Amino acid sequence: MDKLTKSDCLMVGFIYVALLLLVFVTFYPFWNSLVISFNSGQDTSLGGVTFWPREFTLENYEVVFKDKRLVNAFLISILRTVVGTAMSVFVTAMLAYGLSKKELIGRKYFMIFCLLTMFFSGGLIPTFILIRGIGLYNNFWVMIIPTLVLVWYMIIFRTFFQQLPKELEESAQIDGASTWGIFLRIALPLSIPVIAAISLFTAIFHWNDWFLPTIYITNDKLIPIQTLLQRILNSNTATQAMANLDAGSAAHFSKMVTSFTGKSLSMAIMMVATIPIILVYPFVQKHFVKGVLIGSLKE
Amino acid sequence: MKSDEVISKERMDEKQKSFVLVKNDDNNQSPKTPKQKPSLFKRYFKQFDMQLLVIPGLLLILIFNYFPMYGLVMAFQDYNIFEGFWNSEWAGLKHFKRFFNDPKFFEVMRNTIVLSSLKILIIFPAPIILALMLNEVRNMMFKRTVQTITYLPHFLSWVIVAGFATSMLATDNGSINILLEKIGLIDQPIRFLSIPEYFWGVIIGTNLWKTIGFNSIVYIAAIAGINPQLYEAAAIDGASRLKKMYLITIPSIMPIIVIFLILDIGNLLSAGFEDLLLLGNNPVLRSVSEVIDTYVYRVGISNGLYSYATAIGLFKAVISVALLTMANQIARRTENSLW
Repeated sequence: MDKLTKSDCLMVGFIYVALLLLVFVTFYPFWNSLVISFNSGQDTSLGGVTFWPREFTLENYEVVFKDKRLVNAFLISILRTVVGTAMSVFVTAMLAYGLSKKELIGRKYFMIFCLLTMFFSGGLIPTFILIRGIGLYNNFWVMIIPTLVLVWYMIIFRTFFQQLPKELEESAQIDGASTWGIFLRIALPLSIPVIAAISLFTAIFHWNDWFLPTIYITNDKLIPIQTLLQRILNSNTATQAMANLDAGSAAHFSKMVTSFTGKSLSMAIMMVATIPIILVYPFVQKHFVKGVLIGSLKE
Repeated sequence: MKSDEVISKERMDEKQKSFVLVKNDDNNQSPKTPKQKPSLFKRYFKQFDMQLLVIPGLLLILIFNYFPMYGLVMAFQDYNIFEGFWNSEWAGLKHFKRFFNDPKFFEVMRNTIVLSSLKILIIFPAPIILALMLNEVRNMMFKRTVQTITYLPHFLSWVIVAGFATSMLATDNGSINILLEKIGLIDQPIRFLSIPEYFWGVIIGTNLWKTIGFNSIVYIAAIAGINPQLYEAAAIDGASRLKKMYLITIPSIMPIIVIFLILDIGNLLSAGFEDLLLLGNNPVLRSVSEVIDTYVYRVGISNGLYSYATAIGLFKAVISVALLTMANQIARRTENSLW
């Protein structure tokens, strides 16, 4: 298409090298952690494990999947992600659909009411006190209810609903469909691409969040995987890490204490907490790029 | 908000006149004239099924966004859990004064501003440079692969990213120390994560790693939207690739760059939170890792000084709004403002 001069060639060559380096730097930590998680712990502590496991073993993963607390945390994470995403997307879409209707009484004021929250907030401490005050402290729902409505996603939804062809809704109205009927049977099915993008972002938020449970949940049975992982990684020694695991695997651990150090085990837990995202990622990549762009167009 | 009004005006023109009249009625006149009030209520209940769509969402916003805003009054009180917001004793500006005299004030402000500035100087331009570089790549397979891989870290939690960073920088089997030793730059592994001098570099590095790819999406899209005729004209004039980038691509995406820069300047006092909590938790690093947000967390949640922490948070919020307005005023002169 275009001819390259010598300096162009130099620049393009430089760009390819720089991008390859970036790809390597981005990818390497994943690979190295995966390798360490498959390497025997004792061997890892000798150092020098980089691109390939030296002593291949599955025992780190065995410990992870035998540990009741880890499995429980994993289940809590899944439950939180599924319930949180489904409810959040539905409530946000409802609000957005209502606010997309011209004839909604108070629409303008409701909109301002929502938008103000994007510029002002009460901050950490008043929210903390409110949540304790209404009894959500140490409750599974604290991870779901306070973040149900996401104003930014509401705006994306609303922009999309406003662009839907009016004729479809009007003809449904003539056929006697109610507002809710139109919302559930026409508006929502037509918005699958947006729903996919927003569900993805919401789900990733829920899966990745470790901070809310740190301040609102003390009950060990309700701790999701990321929060538990943070505790384990934060404890510097293997024995401290083991104190965070349950008795069953601790016994298992003491039997093989010579062949373990915390690092390989930590990496295995990290991989277990990361892999769901990496598995979903290729399928949804298309959608999230679209989602980001819908959002920034409005800006 | 403005664009919203424009859209609604356009839509209204399409509708029949009678509908426009009804609409104008309920928005402008009925709240003022008492005569029409009953009809407003009637109409409200007539469209109650539609109102039912927004009620749950609005209620949740009221509870979880507006109640805490009211809770900010505790910054001016000596908040007491048993008395609540309504009965706690008033303390005036005591907590604000206390913050300015806090021995940690200088340190916290310095860390906040230094980390934010470093982020604006390094993290902000990096995705723009990446987008410009990707724009020069003609091999679509290669381009898409680079995009796929560099977007991925955005989707990992900070716990995982901090875990990677800790593992990479570790003294036992940390790949960076192994590399540096192999090259011969060092003889002893460096304890990157417990030496304050390295901390800001570690934070900037991990943030760069996490965000560079994903933040480039917007710029890549903006570049894709540039009129190709501009490039063709430049090619006829014999412009080199570098010149085209400099004279066409960068000026074309300038408005978007300015908007994101304004937002970043408005966030100058948000120097990071999760990254600093996770990587800077070591007490040795407190002197360089404590920023306003983490200080609020530690003072408020860990030490239970609710009023004091709220006052610090409010101080930050007020300055942030002022900064955002200022940045926007400056951008207005270049006609790229937010509002």
